[in-house]
Amino acid sequence: MVFRARDLRRSIQGQRRRTVRRPPDLSKKVGTMPKETPLLSLKGISKDFYGNSVLEDVTFDVGPGKIVGLVGENGAGKTTLMRILFGMPVIAETGGYGGSIELGGKPVKFKSPFDALDAGIGMVHQEFSLIPGFTTTENIVLNREPMKGNFACEVFGDRMSVLDRTAMRDSATKAIDRLGVKLDPETLVSEMPVGHKQFTEIAREINRENVRLLVLDEPTAVLTETEAEILLQALRRLAAQGISIIFISHRLHEVASVADTIVVLRDGRVVKDTPGPGTSVRDIASWMVGRSVETKRPDLATRSFKGEALKVERLWVDMPGEAVRDVSFTVREGEIFGIGGLAGQGKLGIPNGIMGLYAGGGSVQLHGKPVPLNDPRGALSMGMSFVSEDRRGVGLLLDETLEWNIGFTAMQIHGQYLKSYLGGLLKLRDENGLRKLAQEYIEQLSIKCTGPKQFAKELSGGNQQKICLAKAFALKPNLLFVSEPTRGIDVGAKELVLQSLRHYNRDFGTTIVMVSSELEELRSICDRVAIVDEGRIAGILPPDADIAEFGLLMAGAVKEEAARA
Amino acid sequence: MLKIKEFAADFGWPRIIIFFFLITLFIVAPFVGVSISMSLSDTLNRFGQNAILVLALVPMVQAGCGLNFGLPVGIIAGLLGATIAMQIGLTGWFGFFGAVAICLPIAAVFGWLYGQLLNKVKGEEMTIAMYVGFSLVTFFSILWLLLPYSSPAMVWGYTGKGLRTTITLDNFWGHILNNFLAVRIGENFVFPTGMILFALFCAFLVYLFFRTKTGTAMTAVGSNPDFARAGGVSSDKMRTISVMLSTMLGAVGILVYQQSFGFIQMYQAPLFMAFPAVAALLIGGASVNKASMINVIVGTFLFQGILTMTPSVINSVLQTDMSEVIRIVLSNGMILYALTRKTKVTK
Repeated sequence: MVFRARDLRRSIQGQRRRTVRRPPDLSKKVGTMPKETPLLSLKGISKDFYGNSVLEDVTFDVGPGKIVGLVGENGAGKTTLMRILFGMPVIAETGGYGGSIELGGKPVKFKSPFDALDAGIGMVHQEFSLIPGFTTTENIVLNREPMKGNFACEVFGDRMSVLDRTAMRDSATKAIDRLGVKLDPETLVSEMPVGHKQFTEIAREINRENVRLLVLDEPTAVLTETEAEILLQALRRLAAQGISIIFISHRLHEVASVADTIVVLRDGRVVKDTPGPGTSVRDIASWMVGRSVETKRPDLATRSFKGEALKVERLWVDMPGEAVRDVSFTVREGEIFGIGGLAGQGKLGIPNGIMGLYAGGGSVQLHGKPVPLNDPRGALSMGMSFVSEDRRGVGLLLDETLEWNIGFTAMQIHGQYLKSYLGGLLKLRDENGLRKLAQEYIEQLSIKCTGPKQFAKELSGGNQQKICLAKAFALKPNLLFVSEPTRGIDVGAKELVLQSLRHYNRDFGTTIVMVSSELEELRSICDRVAIVDEGRIAGILPPDADIAEFGLLMAGAVKEEAARA
Repeated sequence: MLKIKEFAADFGWPRIIIFFFLITLFIVAPFVGVSISMSLSDTLNRFGQNAILVLALVPMVQAGCGLNFGLPVGIIAGLLGATIAMQIGLTGWFGFFGAVAICLPIAAVFGWLYGQLLNKVKGEEMTIAMYVGFSLVTFFSILWLLLPYSSPAMVWGYTGKGLRTTITLDNFWGHILNNFLAVRIGENFVFPTGMILFALFCAFLVYLFFRTKTGTAMTAVGSNPDFARAGGVSSDKMRTISVMLSTMLGAVGILVYQQSFGFIQMYQAPLFMAFPAVAALLIGGASVNKASMINVIVGTFLFQGILTMTPSVINSVLQTDMSEVIRIVLSNGMILYALTRKTKVTK
């Protein structure tokens, strides 16, 4: 029996129409719907973006009515894999993918998400895609509303048919019941707690009659623990009804408790495909982050620090998507302090909050003196400087020359690179001084450019990052915040950037606080590494600690295990 | 050849085309009976008249507030300066610089208020600015009638109060800058040295300002407000300063315009001053976020040149008198063209 998505869609539309007028003869095709339970199998999936390989030979199966837990660090390839499965246009635009996908034993290749939907794959995204001003019911049956005919239809055709509210509500209630949760079908989405929104979204997916595979991308990320527990129960119920589920989550204990099979992705490869029951969170964590090479840090023994450079107490920062809730830590003088953690947990909020770029509160002290919060100028005047993670947005003046980019902050904060005229009455930009400064850093950081007069937008990502570093160095800071210094730059440039940070720390004794999503990078350069989870510091480890420890802190498992013990 | 190409790319094809069009007009002019010397004199005159008004747009463009369609705010301040100076009987050089001295503080206050408003509507500055201009001009149309002016040179003769729509500067400071060191060549050509010098001097001051610490910060705010904020610069403050500067330059600009024109135009007149200035700046090659002194000078010259030459040449060709119609069609057409040409910065 050949499964055809298009036929199926037509048949669904046919069913809808039937309530309105005598249907075209499509009813027979409904009968051709496969009766046996579907099964997804990914075979040797590979994908590269412009020669940069993100997935290699990914192979795993999803059994009927099974829950597969898919875990991996940021950038492990989970999202790309799901995009391939869903036939997102971005995949085809960047050269398609290798390998094959089989659904119910037949190879499929989706050209667009609509094909995937028609084939019975439902997707629940991390961000809600609901209409706030619509009720639960309206959202669940959106675009699949049962219609009711009236006399106008006889004259003007189907377009005049109206919504069948009762049928709509029945359909929505059925989906909600299937999920086994309590949801009022008449509540507006805008007035619901987040948990209910998540349930509405899932109910919408299973309301599709043919749905047989559900993909949930971080469904519990925004939920409280009780809500998450209810969700997990709902997932088990759905699985029992024969719907297969791919469950993506960073909360490893959830994955361990709900998944029948656990697939661990790392650097685009499946490193582990193991039955779920009996697998410990600790194992998953170490598979997830573990690199085969252990980091050796012979230099650690020779490092000694005296005194406190930065003391942060009960810091909160309101940075969208990276909220910091309650963070306290101390950085020692001359140290390179690393802050890691998964995306969205708040690690980026820490430097942005301390430097005053986002609203925050709490107490921050630099060498015992309080740092004014919400005041970038105050923070800079205290001798701190910041290399932002948002290179093009915050870090650079793209339409200006390199000399401006490097010298601007030093000029504004310390009044350097200004020349006095008329006995100090008039102070003008010292173009020569600026050029010399730029030249100095261009040589020192080996920035590839045509000269200090080139525009910042014309440089490559790596060289732009070096300009950002040069800008921070030009302030001669005693404390330097570096946020995601190697994001989006190639391997060679990465090493150079890290080298220059290391040298700067060794040569000038500058304390550096480095925030990065790349754990390996932090472990290779930092003296201590703090891991941030849900806006709080989950723990601080020495860089040569066991990789599994880091993994556990990242996955927020420490609290769980402590609670259980 | 490569050099020429590079120069063309740098200078911009629109400017080159307009420049050659202007040259063509000058070449054609004598054949249809338009005097070149008079046209040239007119062009220079209009250039000096308008240059400072165009210059007034630069600070706001540089600070990222967009094109100052609210230029009438500055012009109103200039009108207040001029009328108050006349009221207290200042004439000659005292009159002109007295008017400048009176209008500057008024413009600063207006600019500060206007700046506060613009800081609240970031991203929509240009539309809001236009309506600020409309409302203020209308409001002052009422005030011109009500304010207690009494100098017989300014008020309506039949009631003894309320300002006239046009006030002559003949006995005050009309043409005072134009005539300063003016060079007269032949019958029709006068080079308005004083006015051109004054305009260039203002341009030089603005050029210097943009080389100071504050000026640099202002440019950075226009280029990337987030960068500036991360560098400890308050973008609101810089924007306010830029609006104040624009308004003050606008006030001085209208005083220079009036002394050359010979009349003060009251009531609705300020409404129509912003558009030609904006068009000139855009034709000069400025973008909505970047403008230089070269843009101002080149743009004013090209725009005013075309505006002077085309109507007279076309008039002579068609043997009719519709110069005013042609002027309006042309100037609005140029504005339309310039606005479609506006370029944005990299984000």
